[in-house]
Amino acid sequence: MQAFLKSGKLGESSGKSSSSKPAKKPKSVPWVEKYRPKTVSDVVEQSEAVAVLEQCITGADLPNLLFYGPPGTGKTSTILAASRQLFGDIYKERILELNASDERGIQVVRDKVKTFAQLTASGTRPDGKPCPPFKIVILDEADSMTHAAQAALRRTMEKETKTTRFCLICNYVSRIIEPLTSRCTKFRFKPLNDSMILERLQYISKEENVECDETTLNALVETSGGDMRRAITCLQSCAKLTGPGKKMDINSVLEVTGVVPQHWLQDFLKICKGLVNYNNLETFIQNLILEAYAASQILEQLNDHLVNSEEFNNMQKALIGEKLGAVSYRLQDGGSEYIQLLDLGNTIIQAYALSA
Amino acid sequence: MLWADKYRPKDLANLDYHKDQAVNLKNLVKDGDFPHLLVYGPLGAGKKTRIMCLLRELYGAGAERLKMEMMSFTTPSNKKLEIMTVSSNYHIEVNPSDVGIYDRVVVMDIIKNVAQSQQLNSNAQREFKVIVLTDVDDLTKDAQHALRRTMEKYIANCRIILCATSISRVIPAIRSRCLCIRVPAPSEETIINILHYTCEKESLKLPRGLAERIVQVSNRNLRRALLICEACKVEQYPFKEDQNVAEPDWQIFIKKTAARMLQNQNMDTLSKVRENLYELLTNGIPSDIIFKTLLEELLKNCDMGIKSKIVEEAAIHEHRMAQGNKSIFHLESFVAKFMYIYQEMMQEMLGDF
Repeated sequence: MQAFLKSGKLGESSGKSSSSKPAKKPKSVPWVEKYRPKTVSDVVEQSEAVAVLEQCITGADLPNLLFYGPPGTGKTSTILAASRQLFGDIYKERILELNASDERGIQVVRDKVKTFAQLTASGTRPDGKPCPPFKIVILDEADSMTHAAQAALRRTMEKETKTTRFCLICNYVSRIIEPLTSRCTKFRFKPLNDSMILERLQYISKEENVECDETTLNALVETSGGDMRRAITCLQSCAKLTGPGKKMDINSVLEVTGVVPQHWLQDFLKICKGLVNYNNLETFIQNLILEAYAASQILEQLNDHLVNSEEFNNMQKALIGEKLGAVSYRLQDGGSEYIQLLDLGNTIIQAYALSA
Repeated sequence: MLWADKYRPKDLANLDYHKDQAVNLKNLVKDGDFPHLLVYGPLGAGKKTRIMCLLRELYGAGAERLKMEMMSFTTPSNKKLEIMTVSSNYHIEVNPSDVGIYDRVVVMDIIKNVAQSQQLNSNAQREFKVIVLTDVDDLTKDAQHALRRTMEKYIANCRIILCATSISRVIPAIRSRCLCIRVPAPSEETIINILHYTCEKESLKLPRGLAERIVQVSNRNLRRALLICEACKVEQYPFKEDQNVAEPDWQIFIKKTAARMLQNQNMDTLSKVRENLYELLTNGIPSDIIFKTLLEELLKNCDMGIKSKIVEEAAIHEHRMAQGNKSIFHLESFVAKFMYIYQEMMQEMLGDF
């Protein structure tokens, strides 16, 4: 009866909609969402986590989990895919997903998480198939939870093990308090291999009919730094910017990823090396900022350049490296780009003076 | 109406510079959809202009009918907040850093509000609304973290356009979720052309020499260039080649302060400088701009030897200033430090004789 009513209604409404708006556009989904792994085995690289979850899907018990690793390595994707496989259609009822955008103070942990954790879950789905008799609480971006809220979780986690599993996801494991980490099985998500990302990008670009050659894709992979999400978002952005049917070129990739052209870096070093007039340095940095290149990006590229460079000896590298760290920290904290870069420039000048 | 507003391009096709980018942006919204955007560039480079053009391209002229509205929010601790929003039927623009440390509440509430109201008739309109957040680099870390997942979750119903001066302060997690659009400042030549063009429209005659000087003062900031040009016109028309280009008076004031510091390094100067700094702050000059201008002026007038030391100290003090919330302490402490370093150098030089 229920099913009949439901289906009747559905048929009616869909009929209506098809007549009134015949050309309903297919909803555009960002590729990151579209190509999120659907099953655990689709997740690339992270073999340990995948192995544990796969065992769990075939019937073994699931421990409390703690996933940590840099952005874009598949932490959220993995647990979402796993819960979808575990619970099938009813997975929405069985998981509670909280992230930094939800209110997540101590009050919420006490109320929402606790009440959710106390609900019992049956061992079968409504359609009779067996499913694991527990629920999963996913705490995304757990490193931005306050310590008090984390502490409130401790006992809840232990008391409710019968009915609830927790999965904490974070970028920095050091920001999770010790008592919580010791209650979870930790999995480190490694930055993805270049070849893996390349493979995935090739697959997507074939699916989406994007025209681009190997070198362009390679540039994308290189700039992504092991972050799959960033690589895919860039690919989509580039494809969007160039428009359909046209070939993507490497310049648009560089523009989208915000990479600073190499000649700016070389000029920076050159000016610091043969410093004739201090004003040169000031004007150079001024121009750099007016071109709107991100200082953090410059620091990153400078670091790469520095580590592999033959020009400096170890002493000089250490000197500059230390300053790079300090400057990068201050920038993130809200320092002004101009002054911080000027400070860095000064250190490089000093480093050059060492060799002279 | 100010010239800067009057002659603001309204259409992507009419933009005066970065034409390639304009074409790209047009491509971007051609099929009615785009990812979240992060538009960044220095002041007066035309970020806002580009955003408005983009909205117009998407929604037509309706996006220009703006209304101001006060929205109120309640924090978890039951504090009432009010914030000014500018909105049209299709988009809403907020500067969340207006409410200081409570920006997180504003960001979360606004996005959730907008995202939860679906468009009824998705064929007549776009199926999403646009939220424009300005000064994203001033958002607290908390608010930025709150943005991350919300951006992904509600992508079906809303698009977010972020606007920032520098993306160094935007956390990488947000950067990786957006299409970053760099808007470099226009070149000097471009600004000169625009000034000429504007003056022609106003049927004024602008001598080339004056235009060049205006550009130099404006520091490649187009809006400022137009404002200065307008100010010059009010001061004296017809223009003369050697007309006085008014520098902003706070700049002159800081220059004087710097000169005083270089002249004498003692307690007296310190207290005088403090008065000056207070005056600047009470007149609403942002402390980071005071700091930067002061440093520039001081660096012009000191020896190569101590420059590096001063810059190093400046970097540390400036960072602390951004951290704390009483900028006068840090400004003054830097002033004292500078005077100390400077005096030490002077004494060393004298000692040599």
